[in-house]
Amino acid sequence: MSLCGACTVHVEGTAVRSCSTPVSQVVGKNITTIEGLGANGLHILQQAWIAEEVPQCGYCQTGQIMTAAALLAKTPNPSDEQITSAMNGNLCRCGTYERIRRAIRRAANGGAVAGGGSL
Amino acid sequence: MNMLTSTRAKGFNRREFVAAGIAAGAGLVVGFYLPHGSREKSRTFSPNAYLRITSDNKITIVVARSEMGQGVRTALPMILAEELEADWKQIEIEQAGASTLYGDQTTGGSASVRTTWDPMRKAGAAAREMLISAAAMTWGVPRSGCVAQEGSILHGASKRRLSYGELAVKAAALPIPTDVPLKQSKDYKIVGQRLARVDTPAKVKGAAVFGIDFKTPGMKYAVLARCPVIGGKLASFDDKDARKIADVRYAGKIGDAAVAVVADSVWGAMEGRRLLNLTWSDGPNKDLNTAAVLESLKQGAAKKGVSLFSMGDVSKAKGGKISAEYQLPFMAHAPMEPGNCTANYSGNACELWAPTQVPQDCRDAVAQAVGLDPDLVKVNVTLMGGGFGRRLEHDYAVEAGLVSKALRDAKLSDSKNGTPVKVLWTREDDMRSSMYRPASLHQLSAVVDGSGWPLAFTHRIIAPSISGQKGQPGPNGVDPDLPDEAAFVYGVPNVLLEYVLTETAVPLGWMRSVYALQVAFASESFIDELAAAAGKDPLEYRLHMLLQNQGKDQDITFFGTTWHTARMRGVLQLAAEKAGWTKPLPTGRFRGIACFACFSSYVAEVVEISMEKDAPRVHRVVAAVDCGQVVNPGILEQQIPGGVIYAMSNALRAKITIEKGRVVQGNFDDYAPVRMEEAPAVEVYAVPSAEAPTGIGEPSVPPLAPALCNAIYAATKKRVRALPILS
Repeated sequence: MSLCGACTVHVEGTAVRSCSTPVSQVVGKNITTIEGLGANGLHILQQAWIAEEVPQCGYCQTGQIMTAAALLAKTPNPSDEQITSAMNGNLCRCGTYERIRRAIRRAANGGAVAGGGSL
Repeated sequence: MNMLTSTRAKGFNRREFVAAGIAAGAGLVVGFYLPHGSREKSRTFSPNAYLRITSDNKITIVVARSEMGQGVRTALPMILAEELEADWKQIEIEQAGASTLYGDQTTGGSASVRTTWDPMRKAGAAAREMLISAAAMTWGVPRSGCVAQEGSILHGASKRRLSYGELAVKAAALPIPTDVPLKQSKDYKIVGQRLARVDTPAKVKGAAVFGIDFKTPGMKYAVLARCPVIGGKLASFDDKDARKIADVRYAGKIGDAAVAVVADSVWGAMEGRRLLNLTWSDGPNKDLNTAAVLESLKQGAAKKGVSLFSMGDVSKAKGGKISAEYQLPFMAHAPMEPGNCTANYSGNACELWAPTQVPQDCRDAVAQAVGLDPDLVKVNVTLMGGGFGRRLEHDYAVEAGLVSKALRDAKLSDSKNGTPVKVLWTREDDMRSSMYRPASLHQLSAVVDGSGWPLAFTHRIIAPSISGQKGQPGPNGVDPDLPDEAAFVYGVPNVLLEYVLTETAVPLGWMRSVYALQVAFASESFIDELAAAAGKDPLEYRLHMLLQNQGKDQDITFFGTTWHTARMRGVLQLAAEKAGWTKPLPTGRFRGIACFACFSSYVAEVVEISMEKDAPRVHRVVAAVDCGQVVNPGILEQQIPGGVIYAMSNALRAKITIEKGRVVQGNFDDYAPVRMEEAPAVEVYAVPSAEAPTGIGEPSVPPLAPALCNAIYAATKKRVRALPILS
């Protein structure tokens, strides 16, 4: 159904929902999961997620990070509208959306606290 | 002996348990002390079940409540570490399974901090005092010259220092003090600090193990076909086609209303289920629909209720009368992680890996289902992808136990060690086989004086009882949750709160903030109606209502808990000030305000909206909370917005409907929570307080719907009297 986004992984750098992706579609392709996101240590988004204390229950957060990583790879400095548009398919029942926005802005800002936004 | 165990034996239910725990306070854990040094005898200092200090200077604090996002794995150890005078960086955390050592382990009722505040502090303080004694003996100096500081004991005069690890062996041989001094809040170094949560790094690395992630060699997977009609049963099934799936190992009846398919893979089990030929016996609810449920609430309204609370005499008040009815639907918890549990029944024991809010109930429920003594059922508590009350129930754990036992009975599991099997629910299983927030009807009326101030306020709550449906009604049939969730904390001279118990076949459960959501929506919306009728500002109106006792604050005792209008005024004024309540808004923006007290905490919220066509867009929420001493402001600033966003989902769209005895909604398309595009920034402000800490997991939920609906009224002059708003 692809309605929650918690299972998001990258196929050739694009965020896809693994729950609705048949294996036949990804044979021979590069797949990245949260475990492989940071080539050396933590990805800048994972660092930003820790700095902004984003997770509560944490169940959706790996999917959130994978979606955000695909966004930043294509759009290194996204506007608020671009963040919302990219992230809107990823549900969080703990309501961490504002911190997710902050963490993405922080990562886009090289890891420093980012100003602006809708606050 | 364990007071809670003894009260449980007398038939206390879950909520009374929590209340008993709070009332017991200091006594909660005294009596649980392990014979010290009993583990790894000579090298471990373990003066109580919460703490172990080993001679290699490792300090382990045991968390006996479940982590579902609310931060207990950080907050509870902070409380103990504070009194221990530990170095926080040194602390390791261990999750307890179901045990008899910790009293009631229920993680619900926003109770983890408030019920363990005393036991955790005393556990830490007792250990600290013993370590001081051990150091004083080592050095041959008076105790008074020794202080505990950051994981060591210091002797000021000689500048000597011994780490807790170095003192562990000696401390373990000392008697455990029973009356230990506790620190003053002004001396806190850990409690009140914005410490990072211990579970965050694993959660961003994909290393956190939720119930659904648990894996063990040889594990099988099971999915169940359950009767889609509430209360229906299995008539017959044919698994001929299902067994054609290569890795399907088993199909069989589980209980009287389900068939399990067990396979080597999740996909095999799901395909097997799809291919089952099932015949259900729909039973007595085959024609049940939502309209009939609402009709039964209306019929219930004609009945006389039970008085929950009475002040003055509402029947004697003379003035203008205003009345209104409010209505709420069934709602589903819908946590991110669907139901699941892994079980391994090996004939004479059963081990579970369960995302559970109540490990002890999980153990007992499975023990009963598989016919084992509870002592033979081991519960490993996993992380939970949200709980919100859904994991107070153990239907999925019972299923896992029964499926594992069925494999054993069919001689399909390892004869010696058993074969673990994970029962997995799909999203649709989770939505349609839940226990729902009760639908309810609320009749409110007020008598107002010539200036529009209320002389009398009556609220009749017409609802089925969650505990009652589970065979544990409270005295007079009053649902035992209502005492924590229905207090009317205003100084109105004449008040009557009444409860009318109705029945429903729809399974009911405790959902985040439980009845407080319904009660607050009705009550705080109606107060807004009264303010509007009086032509007064809604904030000013509430502040006046709080001081109607001759202009003075008032203490209001509701089922033994005392609430303070002064603390409610505190949160209202703080929220209003931070929101700029008296300042004009830009064109097209509107505000609403509401406040509520539950789980011993007070919260006020100001919601700022604009209207886009007929739908509100929430731009800003300001929440002020009085939860006593804040243990960790960082966690407070997660929990309060978390509750607000959860409540926005409830208010805007959450509605479970029933047709032909079946739950209609199945996934996040027709039960659609708030996504990022709708999520406002939520500001959190805490009233400074040195009072004992109270709940923060749920109290931000109830004020949101009325504050939002009051903002809609400010924008449109239309009153929302039924949730969801966007129905």
